Amino acid sequence: MASTQDIFTDFQEYLNADHELREEIRVVTRDMNQLVREIQTVLQVIHQPAQGTSMAELCKTAEDMFGKGKELYRQLAEKIPENQYYRYSDMWRFVSQRFVYLAGLIVFLRDGRLVTREEVAALLGVAVQREDGFHIDLDDFLMGLLNMTNELSRLAVNAVTSGDYERPVQISRFVSQLDAGFRVLNLKNDALRKRFDGLKYDVKKCEEVVYDLTIRGLVGAHNKD
Amino acid sequence: MATSTGHRGRGRRNKGDWRDKSKSNQERDGKPSKEGESHADDSPIVKAFRVFQKELDNRNDRFERIFKLSRDITIESKRLIFLLQRVIGSDDPEKLLAEAAEKIHELHSTKFLEIAKELEGQDSYQYLRAYTSGLQEYIEAVTFYYYLSEQRLVNLDKIQKQLIFPKLVSVPVESSGTDSQEAGPDAKQDNSDPSCSDDQPKPMDHSDDNAGNSSTKPEPTGSVSPAGASEDKKTMLVHVPPSEYMLGVADFTGELMRMAINSVGAGNLDTPRVVADMMRVIHNAFTVFDNASRELRKKTSVLRQSLQKVETACYTLTVRGSEIPQHMLTDVFTSTAASGENFNVDDVEEPYD
Repeated sequence: MASTQDIFTDFQEYLNADHELREEIRVVTRDMNQLVREIQTVLQVIHQPAQGTSMAELCKTAEDMFGKGKELYRQLAEKIPENQYYRYSDMWRFVSQRFVYLAGLIVFLRDGRLVTREEVAALLGVAVQREDGFHIDLDDFLMGLLNMTNELSRLAVNAVTSGDYERPVQISRFVSQLDAGFRVLNLKNDALRKRFDGLKYDVKKCEEVVYDLTIRGLVGAHNKD
Repeated sequence: MATSTGHRGRGRRNKGDWRDKSKSNQERDGKPSKEGESHADDSPIVKAFRVFQKELDNRNDRFERIFKLSRDITIESKRLIFLLQRVIGSDDPEKLLAEAAEKIHELHSTKFLEIAKELEGQDSYQYLRAYTSGLQEYIEAVTFYYYLSEQRLVNLDKIQKQLIFPKLVSVPVESSGTDSQEAGPDAKQDNSDPSCSDDQPKPMDHSDDNAGNSSTKPEPTGSVSPAGASEDKKTMLVHVPPSEYMLGVADFTGELMRMAINSVGAGNLDTPRVVADMMRVIHNAFTVFDNASRELRKKTSVLRQSLQKVETACYTLTVRGSEIPQHMLTDVFTSTAASGENFNVDDVEEPYD
């Protein structure tokens, strides 16, 4: 039964190599998680803008921090054998989603529009499509956008508190458009779909804020689309 | 406000099978697209999402097609196993084995070829969940077949080799996957030869891959990388990850157990001992695997039960074999099994027939 034994020895080696690689990936993703938290901390200031820092400055600081993320993604991409992205992708799925969320938030605060996949990819130094190498999965990209809307609905509330009445209107319009965008998708009954089902509450919250402002005459009628 | 602009614009590009299932999704946003078309197209966000939609639909459709093929493979493999269980105690085992070989062959040139087409240019791990059950069942059947015809465990290389198909036409990879069907019957490898052995020339040179990169590459069992195969050598394949192979082998031991018990009834008193040896080797190996997946651990415990059952059978044979007339031995086993633990391996398997 020598050959049978060989089969199992080979498999044990396979398991060991797999385990080793996962350990290496874990090290990188841990750094990524750390970085994501740091960027998030910087961006949390948007909820108390009274402290004097301008939005543009904040965005700049946060965006600069993505440089480190680029390096981390490079390290990660090197470790993944060709065409085995999805074998390990569960390990960086969540951190990628948070990177997308942060990038989306920055772009919205700065330019008032939706971040593109290309921009996120460029920011992280990864490819856009699977065929071109290490990329951010479309599901993760969309999931990141959904996480962003949650943060935006919170921002709409806090903006009012600090006297910025224009921001909620802008956010409400943006989130509604995003909602319309997601409705274009034919979602399967999966995690993304579940998360998308939560989007309507963000939309609702933003609309309520705009309603409160409008009924009190705090925003002009010209803001309505 | 803007909320209402978007979902009116959808509902017109509906194709694909899986959407039948996501009924509630349809209910909610499947409004008829009589109005508001142009309105929705105006938003750059909606435009961007149309691109995403195409990509998602493409992927989901492909997944569903592979899943269907996988189900067919599962059913065919189960039938194959039933056929193989009849080999022991049949008058003409050669004929049954030949029939099984024919069936395996047919599976290759139809279902597996189709899957290979679907996976061409894709990351096979992305779709592994779609075909894992079919693949495992197939591996179970094929290892069983080789065990009966060669009395040994077939290795992964050989299984993988049979699932490599020459690229038919250089059509750009498309999601349709059905356009080159006419070439199906020719697209087989040497799988009709049941006696092919390891030293046969391999369609792919991965021997040095095995030796050199085993520390860096997580594929030390010498299985081919999906990309290298499909692009460099003008072939396409259904990638068999080693872990899938092992899960299939674990299932195979269940069949061994069944075979051992049945064979006694057919007057074949040596089989349980031979089978027990084989199962012991596999069982020992499985218990050694550390950091194995949850799935593998579960199967190991089932394997343990099967092994115990066969060992009990061997024990009974040794103790009472000389005393009891052969035709009564079967009853003895049936009662041993019933009084023991629940040995029914099929309990953990999917409810196919």
